Amino acid sequence: MNYETLSSFAQTWGLLYFVVLFLGACTYALWPSKKSEFERAANLPLIDEEPINE
Amino acid sequence: MATTTMQKNGIDFSVLTVGLFVGVFTLLALMVAAWSPDPLFNIHGWLSLGMSLVAILAICFWAANRKDGKLFDETQYEDTLIKWGVGVSMFWGVVGILVGFVIAMQLTFPSLLYFEEFGFLNFGRLRPLHTSAVIFAFGGNVLLATSFHVVQRTCRTRIAGGMWPWFVFWGYQAFIVLAATGYVMGVTAGREYAEPEWYVDLWLTIVWVAYLLVFLGTIWKRKEPHIYVANWFYLAFIVTIAMLHIVNNLAVPISPLSSQSVSLMAGVQDALTQWWYGHNAVGFFLTAGFLAIMYYYIPKRAERPVFSYRLSIVHFWALIFIYIWAGPHHLHYTALPQWAQTLGMTFSIMLWMPSWGGMINGLMTLSGAWDKLRTDPVIRMMVVSLAFYGMSTFEGPLMSVRAVNSLSHYTDWTIGHVHSGALGWVGFISFGALYCLAQWMWKRDRLYSANMVEWHFWTATIGIVLYICSMWVSGIMEGLMWRAYNEFGFLEYTFVETVEAKHISYIIRSLGGLLYLVGALIMSFNIYMTAKGKTRKGEEDHVHAPTNDGIPARAEAVPAE
Amino acid sequence: MALFDKHALLEKHSMLLTVGILVVVAIGGIIEIAPLFYLSNTIERVNGMRPYTPLELAGREIYVREGCYVCHSQMVRPLRDEVERYGHYSLAAESMYDHPFQWGSKRTGPDLARVGGKYSDEWHMDHMRDPRSVVPESIMPPYTFMVDRPLDFSQVQQTMQAMRLVGVPYTDAMIENAEYDLLAQANPDFYPNSGDYDGALVDRYTEASGREGTVTVRAFDGDAENITEMDAMIAYLQMLGTLVDFETYEADSLQNRR
Repeated sequence: MNYETLSSFAQTWGLLYFVVLFLGACTYALWPSKKSEFERAANLPLIDEEPINE
Repeated sequence: MATTTMQKNGIDFSVLTVGLFVGVFTLLALMVAAWSPDPLFNIHGWLSLGMSLVAILAICFWAANRKDGKLFDETQYEDTLIKWGVGVSMFWGVVGILVGFVIAMQLTFPSLLYFEEFGFLNFGRLRPLHTSAVIFAFGGNVLLATSFHVVQRTCRTRIAGGMWPWFVFWGYQAFIVLAATGYVMGVTAGREYAEPEWYVDLWLTIVWVAYLLVFLGTIWKRKEPHIYVANWFYLAFIVTIAMLHIVNNLAVPISPLSSQSVSLMAGVQDALTQWWYGHNAVGFFLTAGFLAIMYYYIPKRAERPVFSYRLSIVHFWALIFIYIWAGPHHLHYTALPQWAQTLGMTFSIMLWMPSWGGMINGLMTLSGAWDKLRTDPVIRMMVVSLAFYGMSTFEGPLMSVRAVNSLSHYTDWTIGHVHSGALGWVGFISFGALYCLAQWMWKRDRLYSANMVEWHFWTATIGIVLYICSMWVSGIMEGLMWRAYNEFGFLEYTFVETVEAKHISYIIRSLGGLLYLVGALIMSFNIYMTAKGKTRKGEEDHVHAPTNDGIPARAEAVPAE
Repeated sequence: MALFDKHALLEKHSMLLTVGILVVVAIGGIIEIAPLFYLSNTIERVNGMRPYTPLELAGREIYVREGCYVCHSQMVRPLRDEVERYGHYSLAAESMYDHPFQWGSKRTGPDLARVGGKYSDEWHMDHMRDPRSVVPESIMPPYTFMVDRPLDFSQVQQTMQAMRLVGVPYTDAMIENAEYDLLAQANPDFYPNSGDYDGALVDRYTEASGREGTVTVRAFDGDAENITEMDAMIAYLQMLGTLVDFETYEADSLQNRR
């Protein structure tokens, strides 16, 4: 293996991997139907009842 | 449920397995104590034997006192463990900061603080003690305590594993004791921030796997459909530290009965592995873990949901994806191939984005409640920690640029940078979380004294400012002096002239450290008194802490998305 | 115990998350580190590198034990001022037998990658015993105890065996004679009747190096009778950065450019 093979791999597949991962995270975060789940989730720290309700 | 049926028989499965585990280690420790020809390993054998026996006695004593047969009550959160975590965190915090102050003084007044007959107190042995005490003992215990607290509350269930969380907690303390005593005796693997030797590393691996299973087990039995984002950060911290720890510490013990080992890798490969580990100890131990604290304790204390939950998800994936690549910036201009240096630099600069994204998410959580900065010093401490986080995550990418690094590397600038992150970000967010826990776990309306939190805040803040400014001055000065040429084209300064020039900065740095230590002592006292249920005279009617009346917690707090 | 509840064990979301995290961080690590083992030009082609002699190795263990690396780097960067101050910039090849590497990250004291041969043994003795007696402004701790403490080399042979296991080319003869070689290097008169003994040590390691003059035999702390930690320490310091032959090193050769 030499430097050229490595760098051409990084500049194609590496870049693709990076873009796909980033877009994936953004898509998940912005998916419309997830909105209500995330809104409830955001409030999780604020509701805690003790003792635990079974 | 399995737990309840087991408990009817009077003994819990987890108590048996933990007991069995500790029993096996007692035997191993005995073998080392009896047979190791290596005197240092021998001492550690006896020490481990002592600790195992204490553990066994403690388990028996504890079990004997459970007359009601209810060992682990599933309708209650496990808060006793977290109380222990708060106390132990403060203890190690004070020890670690104290050792830091001592070694800062050693560099300032070497004739006064080195003793020829006590070579084990030399800087080279105490510095690993300082770094490990503050990062792994203080920081690690804060992460253990807060993660156990957060995962229980956000999953609305008692922590999983019965006695296993206790094994994790005390096993981790045993790791700290073995590592710390090892450094002072001269047992070291010689890898920065990963100095413990092979057997201590193995022990930590076992504790860490148990930690992962306890944490996951709690998530598995959660009563909320969604896993709260703070738990994502904790999980990333636990999983990644496991990977880094195992890979970086791969070593061949020279004998099963010797404390010494040789690392599997050598030279340039070893260097990159070590700094891949080293930088991600910053990224996943000191950042991801403490961001989890940010995502729970700031919303909780401010009684506002996090500014943008969506941003927190993008923040999470961007941060863990980019951080893992940044390690090679520690090796600029070294014998590491340049492609790796460039790769590390590129990702380090990109890292600025998720870092500030997270910081903004934390800061903006306060929007609409900025008055709390004035009324609640605990909130202020956590918000200022985010300011320091923003500062050091801006400085970091800057220093990772090769041209800047050629000046800053090997100098005190790096030390200043680390401490702006460590004292400012990690320290303050931890202090904030510990103040919260002291109040919440002991079920107090308020802390013993909010004025003392003010005092802590200001002494520590002034301490940090003195520390980082003096290190900027001495670091940039020595970097420039090393490369200065005189008019004849020769190097202007000898090395020792640069050492001499830093003396004033070192005095100021020590003073900064002392102030930070004083702040930590004030805090310890405050937490101790809070736990005892006292309120300081004259502060009975000042309610700084949030109560449930006043601002409604949920309805108006929806962020503008 | 709830931890092992069957229905929960493979709970979908938490496992997806755990595996996702692991994949993301593992890929980063693998792609960054693995090529260093496979790229042919990671380590330069040089003449003169050899494994440490037992005495030097014992000295290196003391260097690690005392945490010297927290204040002294062993990595000269290819910058004009560093090359003028310390000597030729460090090559990857020079630490190829270092388990673990000791490049360091901080220069509270000067770089030591090329300290070998720069100062006399006596200077090192005085400096280690009381740094401020030779450099008044120094902030280094004193290592007085090394002067009298006998060197414990009971584990040196095992260390060499372990190092061979991880790839350091110690020969059978080197490992077999480890303790004798150690004694012979610090005390030229240790075997008065078998006069060529230290010769055997020198031959062994010179052959490994392929270069004359990389092994020195003398009483490093000035006292040939007692082998102390100071002997090992000075033996190690005095060979640092002296192995590679820079007369024959071709910095511009394609295989050495990285």
